[in-house]
Amino acid sequence: MGFEEYKNIWVFIETEENAPKNVGFELLNPGRQLADKIGCKLVALVVGGKVEDVAKKAIEYGADEAVVVEGDEYYEYSTDAFAIAIETALAKYKPSALFIGATNNGRDVGPRVACDVNTGLTADCTSLDIDVETGNMLWTRPAFGGNLMATIQCPDNRPQLGTVRPGVFKKPELVEGKEGKITVEDIHVPAEKIRTKILDRVKEVAEAVNLQEAEIIVSGGRGCGGPEPYVEGGVIYELAQVLGATVGASRAAVDAGWIAHAHQVGQTGKTVGPKLYIACGISGAIQHLAGIAGADYVVAINKDPDAPIFDAADYAVVGDLFKVIPPVIEEIKKLQA
Amino acid sequence: MRILVCVKQVPDTTEIKIDPVKHTLIRDGVPAIVNTFDAYALETAARIKDANPGTTITLLSMGPDQAKDALRECLAVGGDKAYLASDRKFGGSDTLATSYILATAIKQIEKTDGAFDIIFGGKQAIDGDTGQVGPEIAAHLGIPQMTYASTVEIKDGEAIVKRESDEGYDMISVPLPCVVTIVKPEFEPRYPTLMSKRKARKAEIGLITFEDIKDIIDETRIGLKGSPTKVKKTFTPDRTKNTVRIEEEEPAAAAAKLVNLLSEAHIL
Ligand SMILES: Cc1cc2nc3c(=O)[nH]c(=O)nc-3n(C[C@H](O)[C@H](O)[C@H](O)COP(=O)(O)OP(=O)(O)OC[C@H]3O[C@@H](n4cnc5c(N)ncnc54)[C@H](O)[C@@H]3O)c2cc1C
Ligand SMILES: Nc1ncnc2c1ncn2[C@@H]1O[C@H](COP(=O)(O)O)[C@@H](O)[C@H]1O
Repeated sequence: MGFEEYKNIWVFIETEENAPKNVGFELLNPGRQLADKIGCKLVALVVGGKVEDVAKKAIEYGADEAVVVEGDEYYEYSTDAFAIAIETALAKYKPSALFIGATNNGRDVGPRVACDVNTGLTADCTSLDIDVETGNMLWTRPAFGGNLMATIQCPDNRPQLGTVRPGVFKKPELVEGKEGKITVEDIHVPAEKIRTKILDRVKEVAEAVNLQEAEIIVSGGRGCGGPEPYVEGGVIYELAQVLGATVGASRAAVDAGWIAHAHQVGQTGKTVGPKLYIACGISGAIQHLAGIAGADYVVAINKDPDAPIFDAADYAVVGDLFKVIPPVIEEIKKLQA
Repeated sequence: MRILVCVKQVPDTTEIKIDPVKHTLIRDGVPAIVNTFDAYALETAARIKDANPGTTITLLSMGPDQAKDALRECLAVGGDKAYLASDRKFGGSDTLATSYILATAIKQIEKTDGAFDIIFGGKQAIDGDTGQVGPEIAAHLGIPQMTYASTVEIKDGEAIVKRESDEGYDMISVPLPCVVTIVKPEFEPRYPTLMSKRKARKAEIGLITFEDIKDIIDETRIGLKGSPTKVKKTFTPDRTKNTVRIEEEEPAAAAAKLVNLLSEAHIL
């Protein structure tokens, strides 16, 4: 179809206040595999205030090359500046595919770019593959609240765009000192083209950010019965403490006002990919499970022997969370001693 | 203020079950509802209307004739006027084609009703969960967008938006006209009254067909054919695991067994 000039797989490395979001590095993992599969280069696109060191990191994480767009106008996110930066780079380099992390900002700029360059975008992918013959990406994503998976292609347009959920892929191994070409592109957006203005930034839930980066998550659901288990002295809090884990929650617990929305795991909360996910008093609704597909191991504690969470768990403890968790904490302390 | 709210009728995905034998979605008997986030968008619009007398709220949906039910539901809660874009040619559209049709329908409505100051949508539709149609409408219309908004206020001809961020929230000003998509807000949407329901039942809904907009729309960019993304296959996720069940009566015994297993498997 005349796509010969569209080469290479690109990964967008999102930064905010010069700090990279983890998901960008995570996406270098499938990016590397698929680039090797079809024999093309893996290129990191880094946009931010001052981010050459982030580009170096991306190369150490497996990118062959990096394209950097830097400037004060990219220090904080705005749709207008980021869309122009990405679109200008796409027009110049013509990648075959671009992976974008499905963060709020990634899901904001992705469709804007897709529409401006008139191509297809597949949202919130959880698995990626590529057809060697055609170079068509096979984007797989959940739909209908996680009840159904769909594999989507964009056969007649280039570049192919997709957003990918954080936590689904593991960050690749970092090879310190690995080198690659870094090209700084001189793309600048005049102030009058940035139509929105950030008046105030409120950072209220520092620890919640860690949900997507957490090694271990202890989550509580409606079975917690109130806010107490989530605070000091409560079972969820104390179990998380002893494990060095981050606290998560189901939507039922969030809706009840027991814990802030930032802790919510699931379809309308965060997708997480910890090594260990411990679900306490969570029934295992499909919308909750949609958020934990990336977890290596799932432990569920529930007093209902038929709770659906048990089907998704590696270890199913049938019992009352208030009775089971305290001795679990004791056993872990013994183990650590 | 002139506000437009985009409303999608969706199957209630909490009611959807999987056929355990055929592994397909059972859609029969699943109720069609107003997309949850669109109801929040409408409530946000209604609050702006409360604060700014003289504001009008127009509703727009694309879908089959049945989507009129969703529009009537919204008319009963706070809409003044409703339009349905409906045509066989629109069927099978992906997000890019859908947003193109909606943006074109908006231009068409603006010809007779006047320009809109804000176009609201939901953060995402609960059936497809893409969240792309809002930003794509903004791109088609060439106006600014603000996604993940939880509250919106109008001040000095600008929208002041509280936008969810990864670490908290940002307060952002956006010039009008713009597109704003709404997350679950801190308040509950209002209810219709008996009177407003009766009125909505009788309200006329403006129909926009392909014929009506054929001069301003490119037929090659709509419907299944005009959609860049194609669904190659669908399947039901397999989440079953080799679950180890721990059903000891004594909590202490269960706890010891769990921690022991986790330690043996090098998970802890
Ligand atoms: C569009 C949409 C999006 C959604 N997004 C999300 C999302 O992102 N995340 C999410 O979590 N949900 C989401 N939901 C909601 C989801 O459908 C469920 O309603 C929710 O996950 C239920 O939470 P829960 O498991 O805590 O509560 P419940 O389903 O009420 O389950 C509570 C469980 O606790 C057990 N229990 C009670 N007491 C004890 C005890 N003492 N010890 C042990 N176990 C006990 C019970 O047996 C039960 O299994 C969404 C729904 C919709 C429609
Ligand atoms: N067919 C439609 N008719 C009207 N509005 C829609 C339609 N599809 C999507 N939208 C709007 O776009 C938002 C995001 O939808 P989506 O991109 O499909 O997740 C929805 O919350 C609606 O406000």
